[in-house]
Amino acid sequence: MREVDASQVTQAVRDLCIQANCALPPDVPCALRQARDAEDGPAARAALDAILDNVRVAAEDDAPLCQDTGMACVLVEIGQDVHVRGDLRAAVDEGVRQGYTDGCLRKSMVADPLRRVNTNDNTPAFVTFDVRPGDALRIVVAPKGGGSENMGAVRMLVPAQGRQGVVDFVVDTVRKAGPNPCPPVVVGVAVGGNLDAAPTLARRALMRELGSHNPDPYYAQLEDELLERINQLGIGAQGFGGATTALAVNVEAMPTHIACLPVAVCLNCHVARHAEAVL
Amino acid sequence: MSEQEGRTKGAIELAGPLTREKVAGLRAGDAVSLSGTIYTARDAAHKRICEALDRGEEPPFPLEGAVIYYAGPAPAKPGRPIGPVGPTSSYRMDPFAPRLLDLGLRAMIGKGLRGRGVVDAIVRNGACYLGAVGGAAALIARSVVSAEVVAYEDLGTEAVRRLEVRDMPLVVVIDPTGTNLYETGPAAWREAHGIG
Repeated sequence: MREVDASQVTQAVRDLCIQANCALPPDVPCALRQARDAEDGPAARAALDAILDNVRVAAEDDAPLCQDTGMACVLVEIGQDVHVRGDLRAAVDEGVRQGYTDGCLRKSMVADPLRRVNTNDNTPAFVTFDVRPGDALRIVVAPKGGGSENMGAVRMLVPAQGRQGVVDFVVDTVRKAGPNPCPPVVVGVAVGGNLDAAPTLARRALMRELGSHNPDPYYAQLEDELLERINQLGIGAQGFGGATTALAVNVEAMPTHIACLPVAVCLNCHVARHAEAVL
Repeated sequence: MSEQEGRTKGAIELAGPLTREKVAGLRAGDAVSLSGTIYTARDAAHKRICEALDRGEEPPFPLEGAVIYYAGPAPAKPGRPIGPVGPTSSYRMDPFAPRLLDLGLRAMIGKGLRGRGVVDAIVRNGACYLGAVGGAAALIARSVVSAEVVAYEDLGTEAVRRLEVRDMPLVVVIDPTGTNLYETGPAAWREAHGIG
């Protein structure tokens, strides 16, 4: 069995927190440039110019793109033939602590939802563990801002509402969110599962490359339809009115109960951050 | 068409503190370049400011003509006045904003929707709501000349900071007449594209 020391996990998470917050994956600026070139709403076009300027300035200053450097959402895919020496969960939190401190990232976590005292190191992380075959250890850090997070929604539809019910709920969620989640947004959608599996999968859908499609043509077509319907809302960049309300819609589906049709929508702002490493 | 040209023309120069007269001519969709003193305050600071007012105490900065920026910066790197500092969602300050507007607050900088009560208080007081580009925090930080914590230091990023800004790029979202770019902008785009 392959051995990985917990300190390696800490180092990787630390570096990924800083990397994810200061530089976007290349598909995001690419989609933003396309949106900017196609934009005919004047205020939205100016906003997209500012958004692209910001990507350049963050790189020049080695600074986070957004002051909201997010809650640290961490996906750990651990091969069943890997043994981690030490406390894996604590190692992830220590990586977050070091990354947010060393990287001058904002500490946005409160220890208690009602008493609201900041933990001052952005811990704890939200960690999803997933066991896989093999001996790889893959870590994805996807910092998530509070503004877009608050606009997410989950709804337990009934099977009779079907595909149309899903489309209506997703479009309505984006419409109601309006300018709040910092459009142009990336829309993560999960259909199926249960009350907790659907939002988890919707968040994971945000980690997929922009412009990629669900491998199932049925859901790829649903992605196209949703993107078109959402962009017909005309919300545009920052809600100023324009052609690109969403850069992409990524849909994932999973099995569900005969009585259920859960739908979850996880909205990401245009700072669609994630970075990964394989140990 | 003239409205669209107005947006792409040079930005309107605005210097704080702001009088009713200075903002009276602003219209939704205008680009604004703001210089002068502004104060950061977000959720926790608004709660404390209003608790101070409840006790009959002075607010931590003069509200007459003031500009509040709904923002909590990232930490400053050495040699910099401030870290990235973009706007946060404004609706969370809606429970507090009308009271502050009635006490002289002239402009709020943020992003996202406002409730009816805030729009009414904007019109009643000849104030305005200005949009900064959400997520463009590293860019916006370059407009900040200096920053100093003036209240509630224990709140960390949520402390009240006095910022001196130069040429901060903003857009008028809700003007003193109550016209709202979040309504007119998308409606104009849909109309131009024949979408009902």
